[in-house]
Amino acid sequence: MVNQASQPFGMGDPAEKEKVKAILSTVCDPEIPVLSVEDLGVIRGIEVSGNQVSIQLTPTYSGCPAMDTISDDIKSALKSAGYEPKIEMVLSPAWSTDWISQDGRKKMEAYGIAPPLEPLPDKLALLHDQKVVKCTRCGSKNTRLISQFGSTACKALFQCDDCHEPFDYFKCLK
Amino acid sequence: MNYQYLLLLADNPLILGHRLSELCGHGPTLETDIALTNIALDLFGQVRNYCQYAAELHGEGKTEDQVAFLRYEHEYRNVLLTEQPNHDFAWVIGRQYLFDAYHLPLLTQLSDSKDSRLAGIAMKSIKEVRYHHRFSSEWVKRLGGGTEESHQRMQAAMDQLWSYTGELFLETEDEKAMKEAGVGADYGKMRPHFDADVQQVFHEAGLVIPEGPWHRTIGKNGVHSENLGYILADLQYMQRTYPNMEW
Repeated sequence: MVNQASQPFGMGDPAEKEKVKAILSTVCDPEIPVLSVEDLGVIRGIEVSGNQVSIQLTPTYSGCPAMDTISDDIKSALKSAGYEPKIEMVLSPAWSTDWISQDGRKKMEAYGIAPPLEPLPDKLALLHDQKVVKCTRCGSKNTRLISQFGSTACKALFQCDDCHEPFDYFKCLK
Repeated sequence: MNYQYLLLLADNPLILGHRLSELCGHGPTLETDIALTNIALDLFGQVRNYCQYAAELHGEGKTEDQVAFLRYEHEYRNVLLTEQPNHDFAWVIGRQYLFDAYHLPLLTQLSDSKDSRLAGIAMKSIKEVRYHHRFSSEWVKRLGGGTEESHQRMQAAMDQLWSYTGELFLETEDEKAMKEAGVGADYGKMRPHFDADVQQVFHEAGLVIPEGPWHRTIGKNGVHSENLGYILADLQYMQRTYPNMEW
C-alpha cells in the first residue's frame, strides 16, 4: 500500500473512499434497520489515508440514543475490513431531513414510515389536522395525527381512516 | 468561552429534562406521556453537547458526566422555573411553555455567537425546540380555551409560574461578560420576542398575563429553592453511589 501519511488531511484516493462508502452502506440505523447511515445522511465526511479512516458523523436529534450505537457499528464494520477508524461527531451544519437520500425515502415508506414532507405541509399535518400525510399501507391521504411525538424523537404517530392502519411519520426537520 | 456560562446554558435543560423524565409512565394520556419524555430526551441531548464542551474547556480529565452529575447544589446555575415540581398537567404545560418561549429566542441569538462551537450547538438545538414550543403553546391554547375547569387550572398555573419568569432575563456577571464578547445572548434584544410570544399565546388561549412581583432568589447565582436538593438526590444517586459508572 502506498504511504499516504505525507498527504494533507482532506485528500485521499477516491477509489479508497468508494470502498469505505460501500462498507458504510452496510451499517444501518438500529431504529430504522432498512436505512443505512448513508441513506440517512449522517455521514458528513470521509478521509482515507492508508488504513486510517476518519469519519465525520452528525446526529439526527441531539438526544438520539441510536447515535452511540451507530458510531460503534461503523467502527466495528471498518475494523473488520482492516481499517483503523476514527469517528468525529460534528454538529454544524445541523442535520436536516433533506439529507435523507431519495432511495432512503423509498425504503422508509416501504418499511411503513411516511417520509418527511416539506415544512408547510408538515406544519399543516401536525398542527392543523390537514389530511396531507399518505398512509404507507393503502396510499390514502384520509389520515389523522394521533400524537406529535412518536416512538422515537424523529417520528410522529398517524392513523389511516380508510384502512385503519396506524403508522409512523418521519417529521420534517430543517 | 467561559466555563460558568456553559453551565448556565446546560443546567436549565438538565433540570427541566429531569422534571419531565419524572413523568415517564405518569402522563395524563399515552400521547402526552411520550411527548413529554421525548422533549426530555432532546433536552438531555443538548445538555450533553454543552457538558462535553464544558468538560473539554475545564481540562484536567473532567468528563461530561462529572460536569452534569457531580456538583453541589449551589454550583448549579438553572433558573428556579425549571426546578418547580410537577403538579397537574396545566402546570407542567405552563412551565414548559414559559421555558420554550424563552429558549427559542435564546437559541436564535446563540446561533449567531462568535463562538462557532456554541453556535453549532444552538443551531442544532433550535430545530428541536421549535417542536417543543409548538407542543406546549398548542396545549396552553387548548387548556385555556377548553372547559371551565381546564381554563381555571391553566390560569392558576400561569399565575404561580409567572413569578419565576423575571429571573430568566436577569443578567449575571458571566452573562454580561459573554454578551459583551459577542459570545452570549443579549437579553435586551431577546425580551421583546418573549413578550410578543406570550402576548399572542395568552390572547389565543383567553388567559390573562399575570403581573409581578417576581421572586428575588436567583437560581443562576446558585441560590435555589429546596426543590433542587431533592432533584439532585435523585439525579446524582448513581454517580455518587457508583463513582464513574457508565451505561
